[in-house]
Amino acid sequence: MSEGKNNRRYHTIIALVEDRPGVLNRIASKWRQRGFNIESLAVGHSETPGLSRMTFVVDARTDSEQVVRQLDKLVDVVDIRDVSDEDIVAREMALIKVRCDAGNRSHIIEIVDIFRASIVDVSPDSVIVEVTGDEGKVDAIFELLKDYGVIEMVRTGRVAMLRGSLASHPPVEHESYERYPGQETW
Amino acid sequence: MEMTGAEMILESLAREGVEAIFGIPGGANLPLYDTLPRYHPKIRHYLVRHEQAAGHAAEGYARVTGKPGVCFATSGPGATNLVTAIADAWMDSVPIVAITGCVIRPLIGRDAFQEADITGITIPITKHNYLVLDVHDIPRVIREAFYIASTGRPGPVLMDIPRDVQQERAEFVWPERVELRGYRPPVYPDPKEVEKAAQLIAEAERPLILAGHGVIISQAYYELRELAEKANVPVITTLLGISGFPPDHPLYLGMPGMHGMHWNNLAISEADLLIGIGMRFDDRVTGRLKDFAPNAKVVHIEVDPAEVGKNVRPAATLLGDARVCLQQLNRAVQYRERPDWFARLEELRREYPSLVYPETEELLPQYVIERIYRLSDGEAYYVTGVGQHQMWAAQYFSGRKANSFVTSGGLGTMGFEVPAAMGVAVAKPGELVWAICGDGGFQMTSQELATVAEYGWPIKFAIINNGHHGMVRQWQSLFYRGNLVASPLRNPDFVKLAEAYGILGLRATRREEVEPTIQRAMEHPGPVLIDFQVKQDENCYPMVPPGASLQETIGLPEEYVRLVKERRTAGVTR
Repeated sequence: MSEGKNNRRYHTIIALVEDRPGVLNRIASKWRQRGFNIESLAVGHSETPGLSRMTFVVDARTDSEQVVRQLDKLVDVVDIRDVSDEDIVAREMALIKVRCDAGNRSHIIEIVDIFRASIVDVSPDSVIVEVTGDEGKVDAIFELLKDYGVIEMVRTGRVAMLRGSLASHPPVEHESYERYPGQETW
Repeated sequence: MEMTGAEMILESLAREGVEAIFGIPGGANLPLYDTLPRYHPKIRHYLVRHEQAAGHAAEGYARVTGKPGVCFATSGPGATNLVTAIADAWMDSVPIVAITGCVIRPLIGRDAFQEADITGITIPITKHNYLVLDVHDIPRVIREAFYIASTGRPGPVLMDIPRDVQQERAEFVWPERVELRGYRPPVYPDPKEVEKAAQLIAEAERPLILAGHGVIISQAYYELRELAEKANVPVITTLLGISGFPPDHPLYLGMPGMHGMHWNNLAISEADLLIGIGMRFDDRVTGRLKDFAPNAKVVHIEVDPAEVGKNVRPAATLLGDARVCLQQLNRAVQYRERPDWFARLEELRREYPSLVYPETEELLPQYVIERIYRLSDGEAYYVTGVGQHQMWAAQYFSGRKANSFVTSGGLGTMGFEVPAAMGVAVAKPGELVWAICGDGGFQMTSQELATVAEYGWPIKFAIINNGHHGMVRQWQSLFYRGNLVASPLRNPDFVKLAEAYGILGLRATRREEVEPTIQRAMEHPGPVLIDFQVKQDENCYPMVPPGASLQETIGLPEEYVRLVKERRTAGVTR
């Protein structure tokens, strides 16, 4: 499930957006208009008050370039970029509720240790496993836990960031724009 | 100063230089209307008869002035009636600001009487929209709305303001400047791309300019002409680019595309360079995209980054204001003789005539339209609806004024012509306004004759009445085995209809009646409606069949072509 640069399955797009009502709707509307399905979407506050950061994952076969440019035009989108071909750290978190009893709990703990995941809730007949990593890792632990009976799973979707000290969305100088009036005749 | 929300709205509009508003009152915007008289006559309100007309009138105003047009509507049905006009403004990059009343805040989202989620509805067809829930936000929001609507690639902005916000009192604070961190339309092109473009133009042996609405929006008339003359490149204008370049200029070639000049469609297919300026390679221009301009490189001058590379991959891209881009490009281009190319274009024009019609007993729509241009000396504003009459009006355009051709392009809104002409009449008092209408489209907004009569705007409505939805009839006859379903129209007596509204109604049914009727209409000081009863089954050619390439353009009927060749030998040029 790893992603090579040339045969990746997804586009990863990160955006810095205004933290205001309706912004998600505007953004989702642009994907819907083209009939594109969003594989995952993660939103949360950024380092700047009033701005949220989003990570979209869409299928690599979608013509996302057009949509990204359309999104960039939205007044509420401060900056957006497709980082699929860049050197990024990408992670998601999942919670997996697995059926278990005293007899097989230790087997599950063993799997959890191998994946450097953790158990965050225990009841007599179930545990909740928290795992963080790329999609491949989450998929893999899910496959192993399935044999014990997965009651439910929830995933956050991918969050991504550029490696190194560069900011994903460097601030841009705001230059004011005046219409340059021409003459009214030819 | 403390004031109510409604006062803030009008105070802000006044500060933005608004002088005309089109609208209809209703429950949710009554506080606004209650305040209007205090701003009269600084801001004049024009009561239309349907909100769609308020939107199109605002568009008509905006299209000929470049300033945002403003329209008011109430909540629910009032707001949804604006949707067609907002979508039209969105497609054609027209700056309009729509202010709708909204149900009071405690009722929002509760299916209240006359509630519609208009901000939700208009997300895909506005540049931006606002639901204003705090009265303090009104001045800032209006300032931003006008800035967003009129800069970059212009477009519609909607503000939905609940009635109780209009009534609330607060301190009025006018923002010194607009601060929008997510909105940065490009202005200046990359100098490297300008160099590259100039190089491509210098190397081109068979170049063409495709000029669109952007030339008119940024008033780049002089710069376009300078480029054409300085680099010696012929100019084609798209439907919305018409009147961006003088039609009597020797370098002018007319319109391309689905009903464009046959010679243009063939020339584009032979060209080695296309310079697209403020246009977006729309499907009606390109025909089948994969066969569009197979031999051409493209220089794209465009303000909207999302349009670059959407349909055509440019070899050089000047991202910025058309006028600024052209000024910089013009400094870098050089004159080049292209005798072979100009000879070839001359040959195409001779071999594939596109502007000719026979002298028949029956009234031909082309004749009527051509006469309107001639008899008005090209000195009027010409507003059209959508369909056959629009295409003929575009083909035969011979106006003398820049930005004098007003038409609904992208959305293709039938019924646009009547209210848009009203907006033009308000924006250009004392100027002659001809609304060239289809008999089908006219009836989609004909209630506005009441508005025209009320305010006495001296608009001349020419109904090109062929008793059909003419373009639909044409498609049905060409592509649906002549199965004319729902295209024939049983029309009212348009002359009597005009008279019922208190407007002079005239009729012309024969060729010799056309000129005297047009003259009489122009001599009459008030509004006039003329019912031109034209040949019912005249098809509009040239035509690129849907899905075909430009090379497959169907030319004029053979007997028309023969006609033009006979006339040429007799020494007539057209």
